[in-house]
Amino acid sequence: MNDARPTSWLQLANPAVFNRWADRLLWPLVIATLGLFAYGLYGTFFVSPADYQQGNTVRIMYIHVPAAWLALFVYAGMVVSALGTLVFRHPMADVAQKAAAPLGAAFTLVCLITGSIWGKPTWGTWWQWDARMTSVLVLLLVYLGIMALWRAVDDPLRAARAVAILTLVGAVNLPIIKFSVDWWYTLHQPASVFRLDGPTIHPSMLKPLLIMALGYLGLYLVLLLVRMKTELTLRRIDRLQRLAAGIPGERA
Amino acid sequence: MALISTLGTVPAPALAIRGLAMARGYRTLFRDLDIDLAPGQVLQLTGPNGTGKSTLLRLIAGFLKPDAGTIRWSPVPDEVSPGEWLHYSGHHEGLRDGLTAQDNVATLASLLGGDPARTGAALGAVGAAPLAELPVEVLSAGQRRRVALARLLVAPRPVWLLDEPFTALDRDGQALVRQLIGAQAAAGGLVIAATHQPLDLPDLVHVVLGGPAS
Amino acid sequence: MTGWTALLLRDLRLARRVGAGAELGLVFFLILVSLLPFAIGADQRFISRIAPAFLWLAALLATLLGLDRLLQADEEEGVLDQFMLSGTPLELLVLAKALAHWLVTGLPLSLVAPLLGLMLAIEPQAMVPLALSLLVGTPALTLIGLIGAALTVSLKRGGLLLSVLVLPLTVPTLIFGATLVKEAALGRPYTTPLMLLGGMTLLMLVIAPVSAAAALRHARQ
Repeated sequence: MNDARPTSWLQLANPAVFNRWADRLLWPLVIATLGLFAYGLYGTFFVSPADYQQGNTVRIMYIHVPAAWLALFVYAGMVVSALGTLVFRHPMADVAQKAAAPLGAAFTLVCLITGSIWGKPTWGTWWQWDARMTSVLVLLLVYLGIMALWRAVDDPLRAARAVAILTLVGAVNLPIIKFSVDWWYTLHQPASVFRLDGPTIHPSMLKPLLIMALGYLGLYLVLLLVRMKTELTLRRIDRLQRLAAGIPGERA
Repeated sequence: MALISTLGTVPAPALAIRGLAMARGYRTLFRDLDIDLAPGQVLQLTGPNGTGKSTLLRLIAGFLKPDAGTIRWSPVPDEVSPGEWLHYSGHHEGLRDGLTAQDNVATLASLLGGDPARTGAALGAVGAAPLAELPVEVLSAGQRRRVALARLLVAPRPVWLLDEPFTALDRDGQALVRQLIGAQAAAGGLVIAATHQPLDLPDLVHVVLGGPAS
Repeated sequence: MTGWTALLLRDLRLARRVGAGAELGLVFFLILVSLLPFAIGADQRFISRIAPAFLWLAALLATLLGLDRLLQADEEEGVLDQFMLSGTPLELLVLAKALAHWLVTGLPLSLVAPLLGLMLAIEPQAMVPLALSLLVGTPALTLIGLIGAALTVSLKRGGLLLSVLVLPLTVPTLIFGATLVKEAALGRPYTTPLMLLGGMTLLMLVIAPVSAAAALRHARQ
């Protein structure tokens, strides 16, 4: 029995192929991300005009809004990974999802913190139970639940499947949560509040905003690749340690 | 023992396992495993600890999906879940604390498509009649085993998968298990038992996991 | 008797015998309500204003009780193996368990809530809507909890994790339920929140058994 080929779910081929592609993509992505951020931040601070009402405070928007977009984008990616885990049993899908969850939570947190900093001069308080902010807060809670479940289950394959199901349940619920919070907000709307990002954006503001969003996307992809490579290495170490411990039936 | 002669409505199927492979975590337990079993045959599974006896039983029960290979029951089509006509008895007895032996077995009878009215007779057949009204948490390990065996009788099914069926049983209890297995096979049923205790049966198929040849 | 009803009756019997049944949940609910004035003061008008929201929060917390053991006890003692072997789909069996849980938590809670509403000086015209909102809404809470129970079935200390997973998903139910009672207390129509609440329960009736059964099957792989 000791000559068994690795029939386990962790096929060697896929991670090896992934690592090769990741190494090829990583540095170009890093350079592109740095370039986008440099250009985007220059636009944010020097090109984009100050708002006639909010003054320079409006510049927080370029940090805040792309973070909100990424918070949702990462979740959408996790839904794809969840389907990959459950339906196609792709060995890289759960690695991608495990790597993505804390990044999504981080973008959500950045969105909340910058929103809070933006809120102080705009609303006069650090926190308003504004519909958008509240929805994002619940999104953060969902991310934290997913991360907690990853940590709680020891076996990576079981954890991956449980998390995938939770991710899909969350995906069904998030639009309902968003709707319910909006509905709740219209019932309790305070007298007058500034909306954080009005529907009308001047074109001079749109360009740096999109550049910044691309920069965020690049940052996300770089961090995702690095985290996936790390996760694969950790699993390999775990495997080698078990092998070294001489557990019967183990092979390299 | 009249209870045992019925195998339920499903005719006893034959089992054909081909090229079965399974890994747990990073460990390959077995691969290229072939087993053939005809109705009326008893298979005894042995092998050192950790070689996958319990895993093999759970694979056959349909709880786990194999990494490779097939488990076929003829003449049952592949789409019909084996869960509907086989008994699985694992390390845990499937009894809920807080309920009496009677309630536990009657509930399992209903769940498994058997007849709850047979509960009393079944408990009697496994020598657990005096325990019927006791909550199962006050029973000894051996007594619990006996109560658990009763479900094999309340819901007649042609295939029995038994994981360490002799655990915690006294000599009488072990004799009872041998008798039940023998009767099931004699009636044309099919039994797979993972145990190192001698089964003392004619026409016994023996599979050793983790050995040089399996 | 089918396996489904047998399981439902078994869980009801278990709830009565093990003592985690209706009475204890109600006592917990009563304690939460009695604690409220200690925390916020005895001002009747203020208590009356936050009563609908508070009763809904208390119902939410009381529903979480016992959820961590809902499936775990069956898993540990090997009964879940037997579920897999019954001809009844696992989706329906977990639904029977959820129904049993609701019958001993959500249902009695909904019926007793108006009485506790009296203590919290809730508007008289909100009494019936309060019971109605809980009757329609607490099944959704139990069903969301069922998903959490299935996801944490193999974890030794899954209780806290279960709450962390489940509570964010209860936001819409809480919003619709508490708003319904608040609107009723103000003498306004509450058809919209009632519809939304019912929609939530129906949606969960579809999603929860499927997700929970999938989680249980995968946890056993």
